[in-house]
Amino acid sequence: MNELVSTSNLWRDALRRLKANRLALAGAIFVFVLILLALLTPFIAPYEYDFQNRGLSSSGPSLNHWLGTDYLGRDLLTRMLYGSRISLLVGFVATFVALIIGVSWGTVAGYLGGRVDSLMMRIVDALYGIPFIILIILLMVVFGRNLVLMFLAIGAVEWLTMARIVRAQVTSLRRTEFVLAAQAMGVSSISIMTRHLFPNTLGPVIVYATLTVPQVMLLEAFLSFLGLGVQAPMSSWGLLIRDGAVSMEESWWLLVFPATVFSITLFSLNFLGDGLRDALDPRSN
Amino acid sequence: MVGLIFNRLLVAIPVLLAVITITFLMIHSAPGGPFDYDRVVSSEVMQQLNQKYNLDAPLYEQYFDYLSNLLRGDLGPSFRYPGRTVNEMIFSGLPITFELALYSIAFAILLGICFGSMAALKRNTWLDYLPMTISMAGICIPSIVLGPLLSLVFGIWLGWLPVSGWIDGIPESKILPVITLGTAYAAYCARLSRGGMLEVLGQDYIRTARAKGLSEFRVVVFHALRGGLIPVVSFLGPAIAGLLAGSFVVETIFNIPGLGRFYVQAAFNRDYTMILGTTIFFSFLIIIFNLLADIVGAAMDPRVREDNSK
Amino acid sequence: MKNLKLKIFSISRTLVVFLLFNILILSCGQRSTPVEDSIQDQVLYLGNGTEPQDLDPHIVTGVPEHKVLLSLLEGLVVSHPEGKGYLPGVAKKWEISDDGKEYLFYLNENAKWSNGARVTAEDFVYSWKRILLPTTAAQYAYMLYVLENAEDFNKGKIQDFSKVGVKAINDSTLKVTLRNSTPYFLSLLVHYSTWPVYKPIIEKFGEIDSRGTEWTRPGNFIGNGPYVLEEWKLNDVIIVKKNPYYWDKDTVSIKEIRFFASDNETSEDLRYRSGMLHYLNTIKVTKIQSYKESYPKQTRIEPYYGTYYYRINVTKDELKDKKVRQALSHAINRKEIVEKVSRGEQIPAFSFTPPDPVNFYPSTQIEFNPKKARKLFKEAGFSESKKFPKIEILYNTSEGHQKIAEAIQAMWKENLNIDVELVNVDWKTYLDRQKNLDFYISRAGWIGDYPDPNSFLDMMLSGGGNNQTGWSNLEYDNLIRKAAEATSTEERYKYFDKAEHILIDELPLIPIYTYTRVYMLHPYVKGWHPTILDTHPYQFLSLEP
Repeated sequence: MNELVSTSNLWRDALRRLKANRLALAGAIFVFVLILLALLTPFIAPYEYDFQNRGLSSSGPSLNHWLGTDYLGRDLLTRMLYGSRISLLVGFVATFVALIIGVSWGTVAGYLGGRVDSLMMRIVDALYGIPFIILIILLMVVFGRNLVLMFLAIGAVEWLTMARIVRAQVTSLRRTEFVLAAQAMGVSSISIMTRHLFPNTLGPVIVYATLTVPQVMLLEAFLSFLGLGVQAPMSSWGLLIRDGAVSMEESWWLLVFPATVFSITLFSLNFLGDGLRDALDPRSN
Repeated sequence: MVGLIFNRLLVAIPVLLAVITITFLMIHSAPGGPFDYDRVVSSEVMQQLNQKYNLDAPLYEQYFDYLSNLLRGDLGPSFRYPGRTVNEMIFSGLPITFELALYSIAFAILLGICFGSMAALKRNTWLDYLPMTISMAGICIPSIVLGPLLSLVFGIWLGWLPVSGWIDGIPESKILPVITLGTAYAAYCARLSRGGMLEVLGQDYIRTARAKGLSEFRVVVFHALRGGLIPVVSFLGPAIAGLLAGSFVVETIFNIPGLGRFYVQAAFNRDYTMILGTTIFFSFLIIIFNLLADIVGAAMDPRVREDNSK
Repeated sequence: MKNLKLKIFSISRTLVVFLLFNILILSCGQRSTPVEDSIQDQVLYLGNGTEPQDLDPHIVTGVPEHKVLLSLLEGLVVSHPEGKGYLPGVAKKWEISDDGKEYLFYLNENAKWSNGARVTAEDFVYSWKRILLPTTAAQYAYMLYVLENAEDFNKGKIQDFSKVGVKAINDSTLKVTLRNSTPYFLSLLVHYSTWPVYKPIIEKFGEIDSRGTEWTRPGNFIGNGPYVLEEWKLNDVIIVKKNPYYWDKDTVSIKEIRFFASDNETSEDLRYRSGMLHYLNTIKVTKIQSYKESYPKQTRIEPYYGTYYYRINVTKDELKDKKVRQALSHAINRKEIVEKVSRGEQIPAFSFTPPDPVNFYPSTQIEFNPKKARKLFKEAGFSESKKFPKIEILYNTSEGHQKIAEAIQAMWKENLNIDVELVNVDWKTYLDRQKNLDFYISRAGWIGDYPDPNSFLDMMLSGGGNNQTGWSNLEYDNLIRKAAEATSTEERYKYFDKAEHILIDELPLIPIYTYTRVYMLHPYVKGWHPTILDTHPYQFLSLEP
């Protein structure tokens, strides 16, 4: 019971500290607004995502098209809104996949300890030697542009560090009184892991997850650069940036707007992650 | 220490084997083969070609053939470039990628440490906020934007630097690719070294050093930096690995004939042997650099050494 | 005091870094570009697209390879620089029999290999045997199927090469016997697959049918073209230098050519604009408009003997009905595609064979008519209540293809109210799916191997390897066969025209536009004329201010 109270205090403290960090707060608000916009896109987007006004090809920002149009006369704002759905989806889902694998791997290794632990961690060490980016490229080339596949593949890369972090956390918690007490009371290993250990690893996991999302979004942009992004006429930020980079001399808006929003999003997520780290780390007080 | 190296190298063997197997299975299940062209090849010709490259043998046989050749150091002939062996192509691309990665990491460390330690020493002043904001921007601007932007500004508009290529006699042709590739890592280095320095500057031995009346210069350079850079050093292994594997973007943007570009081409061309060869090489390099980073880290920090000996 | 020192320290450190950068940047200053120096050095810098696979004329299949080989080897005849027929190459003159089936080539005794040895008639017999040998597995062997018995030899039906229609009467006389009278035979001789290779060097590094030996490396390569191979840096550059043994060396004025490999159009574009290249292979669609305005003299748009079209898989239930295919074709506004999307002054297609005002000009028509399209669609049984099932457009990853596919998708949606999905796959997957008829509609392009309608129309023969639509039509097959056997040009064209009408009525493929070559050329390069197959022999070029 005591443990619970102190945990919730910890969270309240963290929230207070986070609120004091203006950059992190701004980041959080930006990300929140962005998610909201992405969810509401079908209702608020000024046009259909594939509506072409071919007479109005590559026109600059105007009243009808606030951020201008692309080569086929499609509204850039609309395409950025729809693109945000894909990019955020890739970012969050892939991170979620990494989180699931990483947390379970790390918790099991940390809780069981001993031989199992060292074997499982040896495997993680070994997997660091695999050139994953390269395998993802191959995967996307070979099996085509499949969003689910992209989630799984990127998730499979990012879980390694997550597992290490969680394992370190769990190892240090394994010998604490409340776990020993639970064991003494005959609570099963699985429920110790899920009910007691997991909530206590949440802090670092959230921090790391926040920092993983921007990395995944960057990876998506790289894949788009190689022509391995989402299927046209759908758009993603990576795709928009790639197209924009090609025609930046003729139509600056096609690069500037998507790249700015993309960078600000990464900024926000990074600041939020840093803020969370400071907030959740009592030492920083 | 020797034990650590030995252990890691031992682990590397199953990893490499796994990489080879996964890659092998993946490329052979890919649609299309190395000899599909837009002018369709007649079935007679296709048969001849498959026979010449042993592609008509059962898959397991090809796999074991490949492994036994690999043990002899032979990565096979390229399927895309009939006159080339994979060994030859890798050794033509590798030095360039290596050089690119090396310069980029040097650029990243130099710039990153300067920015980072400056920020740490001037904590909470504009000399802290400015470099840290810049470095955050460095992390957040993808190289696919930075590269074309730099070559447009410095190559076309100002006409100062070559827009592409990696030309040995012309060192300035290497500036833009190095900046493009190194910037994100410089930014990480800056953030890491700032954190490391902050931690060290608050510690007793720095206070002692200052109390002894050592000049601030000596304190910073000889005492603080050494401890403050440990996080940077442990980041170097993964960073170099990332640089090598991530070089394909920069190599494509600047048209540099390095290994990363070869790899991407090979993947698109279904150049089976070349894909395998480059993948093996990249894993190998990554393993080596992770190991090196651990060794250097252990040598610099007594705590890490203890950790590993456990 | 301490603080001051620290400040000086940190400032000086920052300064050093910035200074280093400035020195690096300024030291390079404004040096003259390779193109500016080229009048002086007489070096031609060409952007050459992807890295050539090899430089063996009997193995390779591609445009970048062709451009390099054009400098290194020479066939019996040479393309006229202005595209007006053929000039003497290794053959100084030739005679054609009355039935058009027999050619006698008299070889120039000054035609030499780059080691000084004479190019003999026997060299051609050896080379043609090499490409036709089944074990060489040459993709372009079919170029020589016009020779008597060549197809049978290549397919292993006969083993004796002496039965194939090519003989060396003596060192300087080559006799060629054709299966039918083939009016375009000379145009095959400017294709690299018919060019000679030097036997001693081939056999020094392998057998007659070896693939990928080292004979094509600098130092080993022996050719008979205006240039010799000097250097080959993988994925970077190929350098060729003037060949002192070339028979027509006095015509050759450019001393050296450098072919740059690049798989990134943007980077090649930047290279061109920063004065590192004389020739830029392609201009990105998004840039054509602005380059036409800002570089009017350098931006070139010229007719090209190719057709951009959509293949239709007629074996799919949805597309079996001719009326559906006609409706789809009528619902495409080709003029708008050409003007608003591809923007390279391409010609909206009305036939499969590119219309050539001088030679074959098909009398077919294709109109943009949404009303008619909707009517045909209704007749095929589709209406508001019975919606057309979802089909896909397959294309390989490329900005240009994507834009056209997106536009056509939108047009079909607007005019027929059907939903089409775009499927973008990589090149090899695209080829594989086409080969296996695993698609509904797929984008395609065809550039003629030689300037004759046959290069297009024989592709659609029943069961032809490049047909890839599942379509077959006996009447069509007959017409193409009759055209091959026809004795007069008029008769041939009449058969071809009938065949075109069948194609455009049946529509196993929907032609979109006739290609143009869109590229950039620096004004220093003189003697470069538009030709329909984009061939520009280097011996006729010069670099002048």
